[in-house]
Amino acid sequence: MLVVNKLNMGYKDLHVLWDVTFNVDEGQIVVLVGSNGAGKSSILKTISGLQKPLSGVIDFAGEPLSNVLPEEIIKRGIVHIPEGRRLFNEMTVEENLLMGSLHGEAKKRRKNTIEEVCDFFPRLKERYKQNAGTLSGGEQQMLAVARGLMSLPKLLMLDEPSLGLAPFLVQEIFDIIKKINEQGITILLVEQNVQTSLTFCNRAYVLENGRIVLSGTGKELLHNNHVKSAYLGL
Amino acid sequence: MELLIQSLIYGILIGGLYAIIGIGMTLIMGVLGIINLAHGQLMMVAMYITWILWQYASIDPYMSIFITIPIVFLLGQGISKFLLFPLIKKESILPENQVLMTVGIGMVLVEFARSLFASDYRSVRTGYSESSIHLGNISLHVPLVIAFVIAVIFTFALFVLLMKTDLGRSIRATAQDREAATLMGVSAKKITIFTYGLGSALVATAGVLLLPVYYLFPDVGPVFTVKAFVITILGGLGSPIGAIAGGLVLGIAETFGATYISMGYRDAVGLVIFILVLVFMPGGLKQLTKI
Repeated sequence: MLVVNKLNMGYKDLHVLWDVTFNVDEGQIVVLVGSNGAGKSSILKTISGLQKPLSGVIDFAGEPLSNVLPEEIIKRGIVHIPEGRRLFNEMTVEENLLMGSLHGEAKKRRKNTIEEVCDFFPRLKERYKQNAGTLSGGEQQMLAVARGLMSLPKLLMLDEPSLGLAPFLVQEIFDIIKKINEQGITILLVEQNVQTSLTFCNRAYVLENGRIVLSGTGKELLHNNHVKSAYLGL
Repeated sequence: MELLIQSLIYGILIGGLYAIIGIGMTLIMGVLGIINLAHGQLMMVAMYITWILWQYASIDPYMSIFITIPIVFLLGQGISKFLLFPLIKKESILPENQVLMTVGIGMVLVEFARSLFASDYRSVRTGYSESSIHLGNISLHVPLVIAFVIAVIFTFALFVLLMKTDLGRSIRATAQDREAATLMGVSAKKITIFTYGLGSALVATAGVLLLPVYYLFPDVGPVFTVKAFVITILGGLGSPIGAIAGGLVLGIAETFGATYISMGYRDAVGLVIFILVLVFMPGGLKQLTKI
């Protein structure tokens, strides 16, 4: 579904991604793990067009994304839920959800989708008319995911959804991601929470200094010696 | 007591006009992240268009709203598309340079007006220009009342646009988080260009409405740029509701200044309030209302 081939990206004179190659198959959960500054977020930003690649190819559903404007990406069925949630804090929960469904089919079906999303996240229904900035951290993350779902995506890209959340909420967020995947939405997840994300993904890639150093199924990587010593502290 | 009420009413009426000047500035501030120092000059352009329509085609100033505002809206869009957006696009160019660009645009507009119309004072005197309504001992200047009513209608329409439509929500979202709005499929470029046009149209509305009660000369622009700036700071940057409050406060304060101190100190009162707000309430009135 998503094919990234020999992707290179940099900010001015800093080269960030080196020949990054991976693919995400339809219906899967794929995780990119790595430490701070490894280039995980940069990969998502390049896919969603916020950063221009230096070279390399990104194909989605058989079509190249290289010349697609960042605001067009969501119309292709890819939604990027950025790090730190990035909600519209001075807008209500309702308005944030509406902002997720500005185009095409998503706009036509927005009323139904809002109901579905509110059934999925009952907490958001309770806070419907409240400003996003007044929600708790966990609720904000749910709203960020819900806003993304409003666009009826084929591929959901999440950047560190567990960041800054209490451990029991982290588990809740992962359960939610699993449930979304069960409804047929493909997931590309970026995480520092290596243990949890490896246990539930189909495939994972380990990123170090802008290069993919390891790949395999979650189970394989959990038993890999390098992963154990570098990320799991075993 | 009557003088007090009279001044208060006059202040509120003029404040309604100041409010739409301020809302235009604050919208541009929110989305483009710059202070539009050509704001009053765009109003001056609107006033000249209205004056030409009155002088040469005998079109009533209030009817010319339908011609003047679309022209200034397009002018604003053109300015932001060809002059401001190329600067916003380049991250290496500091926002200060875009502000300088608006200063330059303002100068060009003023001098262009001067070359066409000279520095003469002009005004539009309609049949109702001097008429008043009397309520007891209070008199209301008819053109100012009409101007206030139209300003309120425009402000209300603007709020419906901002709160109830996808376009308006996209403007607010872009002001709050440009990148997140882009990820939701909002074209930041289109919104930037549209917002500058909208801000220009709002200040143009104020210009058209003011003309029957004010006078016109090329340098009228900078005076109102300063007023718009004061209103924006008073209300708290980027807050349309704050701008309404700021406009009313400035209108009332100026009128009281003119009534109780001296006509000549009218503008000075606004600037003194400006300094007091910056020193004691740097967040503006937004700080009090939280909206």
